[in-house]
Amino acid sequence: MLALEIFMVALGAIRANLMRSALTTLGIVIGVSAVIAMVALGEGAQRQVQEQIERMGTNVLTIRGGQRFFGGVSTGDSQDLTVKDAEALRDKPGGVLTISPEVSSRVQLAYLRWNSSNDVKGVWPEYFGIYNHTLEYGRFFTQGEVKGRRRVVVLGYGIPEELGTPAEILVGNTIQISGQSFEVIGILAEKGETSFYFRPDAWAFIPTSTAQFRVFGGRGQRLSSIYAQVPSAEFMDQAFANIDQVLRREHRIRPGEDVDFSIRNSSDLVATFNETTQTFTLLLAGIAGISLLVGGIGIMNIMLVSVTERTREIGVRKALGATRRAIMLQFLIEALVLCAFGGLLGVIAGFAGARMMTEVANWQTVVAPSAVIMALGFSVGIGLFFGIWPARRAARMDPIEALRYE
Amino acid sequence: MSDLIIRTEGLTKDYVLGAETVHALRDVDLQIEQGEFVAMMGPSGSGKSTFMNLIGCLDTPTAGEYWLNGAPVSELSDDQLARIRNREIGFVFQTFNLLPRATALHNVELPLIYAGVGAKERRKRAEAKLDLVGLMDRMGHRPPELSGGERQRVAVARALVNNPALLLADEPTGNLDSVTGAEIMRALVDLNADGQTIVLVTHEHDIAEYAQRQVHLRDGFIEKDFMKEHAGVDA
Repeated sequence: MLALEIFMVALGAIRANLMRSALTTLGIVIGVSAVIAMVALGEGAQRQVQEQIERMGTNVLTIRGGQRFFGGVSTGDSQDLTVKDAEALRDKPGGVLTISPEVSSRVQLAYLRWNSSNDVKGVWPEYFGIYNHTLEYGRFFTQGEVKGRRRVVVLGYGIPEELGTPAEILVGNTIQISGQSFEVIGILAEKGETSFYFRPDAWAFIPTSTAQFRVFGGRGQRLSSIYAQVPSAEFMDQAFANIDQVLRREHRIRPGEDVDFSIRNSSDLVATFNETTQTFTLLLAGIAGISLLVGGIGIMNIMLVSVTERTREIGVRKALGATRRAIMLQFLIEALVLCAFGGLLGVIAGFAGARMMTEVANWQTVVAPSAVIMALGFSVGIGLFFGIWPARRAARMDPIEALRYE
Repeated sequence: MSDLIIRTEGLTKDYVLGAETVHALRDVDLQIEQGEFVAMMGPSGSGKSTFMNLIGCLDTPTAGEYWLNGAPVSELSDDQLARIRNREIGFVFQTFNLLPRATALHNVELPLIYAGVGAKERRKRAEAKLDLVGLMDRMGHRPPELSGGERQRVAVARALVNNPALLLADEPTGNLDSVTGAEIMRALVDLNADGQTIVLVTHEHDIAEYAQRQVHLRDGFIEKDFMKEHAGVDA
């Protein structure tokens, strides 16, 4: 009962000084919306990175043939990676790596009267596992089909559309790749575009052997990369050592000599990027948090003014029987209402801000419910923290002096 | 004899101002009975404000005892005093001390809010008291829209709304012209006639004349304490 009355009194006081209350609240609105928008931005970047990791496969090492440079100009690969290298890596006793070679070339795909130009990748069946590909239709090809140099193809999600034919019709039919007939045995599920050079939806996958011996011809002997998946991150160092050992043996490179291949850990790059993003998010959220703090100080300032202004009223209320608690609650609730209202508006503004960043700047943002709850809780906490001192001052006033106050 | 509303024994209040101690009230013994109308008189500095603050439970004495309506109140905490003020004492101030943004009705309801009375009951009782002071038709108005006399009558209604044991009026006519002041005083006399115990603090002799008994303070002591031969109005 009393709490409700006190709440109404607090509301009345806010209404009586509407302009002042609104301006004070603005500090909280800006603070909360900044926190939410910044955290959403960070969260969005994080999400993007995570998606990228998933698409690019986790714990995947990319091995490329080394290049010889002369005066800053590449003079061609000094030593190509071969399928033999890949087999050596795969067949290493006690090895834990999942291996797939890749040959790649841009060739013509045709179905009936449609045609398109796509990157065709010659890979092993393991490739699909390494990159977490799943099927929309059909099946992957098998190791047997690799051995048999069969003309089978698994198409990326986007290709049926490029060939003007629904995926379900294309599966089981024959398309032309570089003028040769291939049976479409599977269509991959959508991956989404990760970057300009990593667009698996637009790629077609055929067995490595088929690519090398039937499609690409002479230029197909050279692998563009070998992909090696490590079961988990802790095997990474061992994997590096193993690959180094095997390839040195295959390429006859003595210990101590420079190698002619490079091993790159894609998730290292992503992890670094992730860390940077996190630091950045923390920094932004920190700055936004400071603005929230400043908003809180604004609330305290205005509450102190309010308490001083209403000294007489406090005296009257005390004379009429208001306890310290009642007076304290009155001013505390006033501060809390200001902050909570500001927090609520801030959440809305934060959502709008995040949305705007997505629409205008095309930055991915994710407004996490936890961020909203945190910001709201934080603003109420600020109301409590910065409201309590003025409220205590009001509650401890001497009624006689308060009544005499001019 | 009837019950004692106020009983003080050796009531003393000292203020420490720097190195100096001011003895505002020294060893005051006073008894006021149920139904009395007492005027506290004295020049400024006589201790009458201090005395009023003490019997109004706004302050605690340095030494001595004070019983209000039979209960010892000289050693209560702040919040306990607040509850006593709420239930036992009705204040009427020189400057009215109404909340300017609240309606007359809400102003009168205020003590009931702190007493924890429900909204319906509150309104009923506040309306009854406003009716008593003749302001039934003005209860929706805010203090700035009321005349001085009307404001003081709202204050009287507010003071009475919790049916206090003691009505404490501190210079209630100080901010009013003499005609309006007389009206207020007659209202107090009427209330007293209905049995309300009233303590009036004033420095004006003609205002004090409305009371049956006058207590004069000087330098913190009771200088004179006497009954009027003829009460202001025959009950």
